[in-house]
Parts: sequence; C-alpha cells; structure tokens
Amino acid sequence: MSDAVVTIRGATKVFDVGADQTRALDGIDLDVGKGAFVSLIGPSGCGKSTLLRLIGDLTQPTAGQVQVNGKSAYQARIDRDYGIVFQSPVLFDWRTVEENVELPLEVGGVDKRKRAQRAQAMLALVELTGFEKRYPWQLSGGMQQRVAIARALSFEPAILLMDEPFGALDEMTRERLNLELLGIWRQTGTTIVFVTHSIPEAVFLSTKVVVMSARPGRIVDVIDVDLPQPRSDLTREDPRYFSFITRVRESLRGRVEGSSLRAAGS
Amino acid sequence: MPQVARNALSFALFAIGIAVVWEVVKLLGGEPTDAWQPPFQWKIATDLNMPHIWDIGGAFVEPAQRNGPVLGAVLVDAAVFTFREAFGGFVIGALLGLGLAIVFVHSPFLERALVPYVVASQTVPIIAIAPVVVIWLQAGWLSVAVISAYLTFFPVTIAGIRGLRSPDPRALELMRSYAASRRDVLVKVRLPAAAPYLFTALKVAATASVVGAIIGELPSGIRDGLGGAILNFNQYYISGPAKLWAAIIVAALVGIAFFVLVRGAEIVLLRGRLGRTQA
Repeated sequence: MSDAVVTIRGATKVFDVGADQTRALDGIDLDVGKGAFVSLIGPSGCGKSTLLRLIGDLTQPTAGQVQVNGKSAYQARIDRDYGIVFQSPVLFDWRTVEENVELPLEVGGVDKRKRAQRAQAMLALVELTGFEKRYPWQLSGGMQQRVAIARALSFEPAILLMDEPFGALDEMTRERLNLELLGIWRQTGTTIVFVTHSIPEAVFLSTKVVVMSARPGRIVDVIDVDLPQPRSDLTREDPRYFSFITRVRESLRGRVEGSSLRAAGS
Repeated sequence: MPQVARNALSFALFAIGIAVVWEVVKLLGGEPTDAWQPPFQWKIATDLNMPHIWDIGGAFVEPAQRNGPVLGAVLVDAAVFTFREAFGGFVIGALLGLGLAIVFVHSPFLERALVPYVVASQTVPIIAIAPVVVIWLQAGWLSVAVISAYLTFFPVTIAGIRGLRSPDPRALELMRSYAASRRDVLVKVRLPAAAPYLFTALKVAATASVVGAIIGELPSGIRDGLGGAILNFNQYYISGPAKLWAAIIVAALVGIAFFVLVRGAEIVLLRGRLGRTQA
C-alpha cells in the first residue's frame, strides 16, 4: 500500500450561499494507498461527501490540489478512473438490470459482445445472476444497490467512490452487503473510498478510518484499522473490533462536543 | 377482459348513455308529435338544435347533395384528408417542439430569450396566423399542416423542457463520471427520462392537431376536409341540422383515433416502465 492512488494537499472548498460563505473543507491533506479501503466518517456537515466529490471531480476545490493516479482529478475522470455509488441506487427505470450495468461500457464505446460478458461477470460478482432481464423496480432496495455496485465496477475503475451506499438499507441487509463488498474488494483489488456515518461499518470495512469534524470540515484523526483480513462475521466479535469502535467514537466525540448540538445529534 | 376491450366497452356504454340522455331531454322538452305531447317546451331541445339520434344516424346514409354519394362516404373521405393534414402538423409540431426543448435545456440564454415568444405565440389566435401561412405557402395540404403544427408544438416544448430536466442530478453526475458526451447524456438519460412527459404532451398535441387542421382548412379555402364540410353544413344548418352533427361526430372520432394511436405507441415504447408508472 505504498504508492498512493489519491493524493490531496491543502484542499479547501468554500460554498457561497447567498452572502454567506461556508467552509465545507479546510486544508485537507489525505493519501489513499493503492488497494486501500478508506472510510470517511464524521457528523453531518463535516464535508465528507464534498471530499468524496472532490476526489471524483464532481466538484472542484476552491484551493489546494487533488491528484488521482498521478493525474489531475479532471483527467482521471476523463480517463474513466472512477466508479461511483450513491446512497440511492440511481438506476435507470427504462433499462433492465443488465442494460444498467452495461451503461458505462456503452458510453465508453465497448462492443456489444464484450459488454454482455462484463455485465454477466459483474452480476455474478454481486450475486445477481438470473436477474439480468428484470427491471430495477422489480428488485428490493438491497438488490438495486448491488446492481449499482456492479455498474460502478463494470469498467474496472481504478477507484470506487461510495457515498453512504448502504445508508438507506435495513441493518441486516446492510451487514450482508458489507460482507459482500469486502469480498468484491478482495477479488477486484479496487481502491475504495467510502463515506459513512456508521462507526461499526467504518471499522468493519476499512483499512483506514478518516475522522472528520464540521464547520469547517477538517480531518481530526486517521486511524489504521489493522484487524486481520479477510474479515468475517467473527470480526464483529473480536475485542479489538470493539476497541477500534471506541477509538473512533472518542475521536468523533472529542471534536463534536465543542460543536453545536445539531452536529452531535446527527 | 383485456384492457383495450374494457376501454372500448366503457366508451361504447358511455356513448349509449349520452344518446339516451339526449333523447330523454327531447322527450321532456322537445317538439310535440302526434303520439306524444312533451310536458315542457325547451328551446335547446327543438329538432333544429338537437336533431334526433336516428336523424343524425340517418344523415350518414343519405346523399349529402342531390345525386351525390352518401354523407357517410363524404365524411370518411374528408376525415382521411383532415387526418393526413393533422398528422403532418403533428409530426412537424412534435419535432419542432422537441427540438426547441432540447435547445432550451442546453442553453439557459436561449431559454430566457425565446420562451416568452413561445408562450406569446400561443396567445395569438390561429385564425390570425392562418391567412399569413396560406399566403406564404399557398393553399394546400402543407399550409394546413403548418397551421396545425402551430398548435401542437407548444405542449411538446413545455413538457419536453420539464422532462429533459427530470433526471435525478446524481444520474447526470454518474454520466459525468463516465466521461459521457452531451449527446450520450441526451440520448441515454435525458430523452428516455423525458419520454413519459413527452407522451402526455403528444396526446394533447394529437387532439390539438385535428383542431388545427380543421381550422386551418377554413382560410385556405380547402373543401375536401372536415373543416370544409363543417363550414358547408354550418351554412345549411337550417335545412339539415343532422349533417353538421354527423360532421361533428366524425371530427370527434378522428381526434379519438389519433389519441388512441399515440397511446398505443406509448404502451409499446414504454412497456418496460408501465409496471410502475401507468402513464
């Protein structure tokens, strides 16, 4: 995990809201190593989603630099280095599951036969073989999110950006998908940057947890989670798992207490 | 029973219902006959204002003019003629309407600059525009189609703008992350997302195009269509009110047929989505 896929130096993002200026991010420095699983965690308004969007070139920093694979974030986007998964699956109603997974390949000009092969492989990866011809609205929320993951991975992006991908799912589905996601991560070796506000989820999944605080958005702690790999349901019973959870919680609390109640509650 | 049959049946039942109400009104307030003295005398229910259903039906099989073909045949020919104009207007209007919507969605400047004119265009009565078009394109099939298009493009533009803007912003961000071209975004996201909106507008446009074609025939002096027929029977209403009613019924049927055609296209093209959105 030596060579960094993402390098962020002094990234600051200021939003103009009418006459007010909000410092969503203030002087962020962050390295994400190749093959790492990095979680961004913090209270609402800490800029974790903005940081993710900055990496994916969905928004640009007011100051500072974002480099991905030694290129600008813009160039990385043009080179199709990103797979993105949002909290809602954002599937296209008029496309079947298979056609949804093929969409990025279609845009990338991949030929039809190759597209079908990739879609097959990706749907097998997320355990949705047999659902190719279904429409998204015929699937459960968890299945829809798996389709979104298959789609994000279909063109083998160098980095997978996930913005609270399991936030809208029930706890049991969420835990199962956490395990599946780890399996996919191991199989594909993709670098993952994962935004969440669930502490157990962050600890369970990540090799590195980045703790952020709000107003202005800053990184307050970076915790290397060296729980053994591969992780499984047993990991959730490991005493060290709990000590990492405590560690993250204290990191969050230390910064949150000084902040407003609203931030603490979220 | 399949949906189509059920729709047709309820339509037929309703048509019979209207006919029954019509005749009941005549029975209560119509003109006296040898056998029946109506309790009321309503002006609206006279044979001139409300001919008997059987008189209207009978008008279809009587010659429209002395020694001419029966009215039914004349009206069918006129309906086909008008439908062709309306269809031309519909196609021109739909393409123009969609084209404008695509331009507006991509250019906020043009949207701000031109949408007020698009809206204003609809407040100018078609009667005022029609002579200009007729002089410009000469009286004929095309000028009527253009007049009809003048009515049809508007709902398509308005619904198109809305529909093309309807995709989830994150869907557009995903396309951005795939480094998709504007064309890909349009073809693969915006247009499919707009389709249900467009079909709603096209159904409005379909009926409007028939109205446009009928009205467009009047200043063009075209006598072969329903507009000509309606104008003609208007002038002879006193002597044969049933003929005008027959023409009105045929005009309504043309509108319904066109509407059903668009609805059919909608069902075929949006079939994957109809499970969720009964558009």
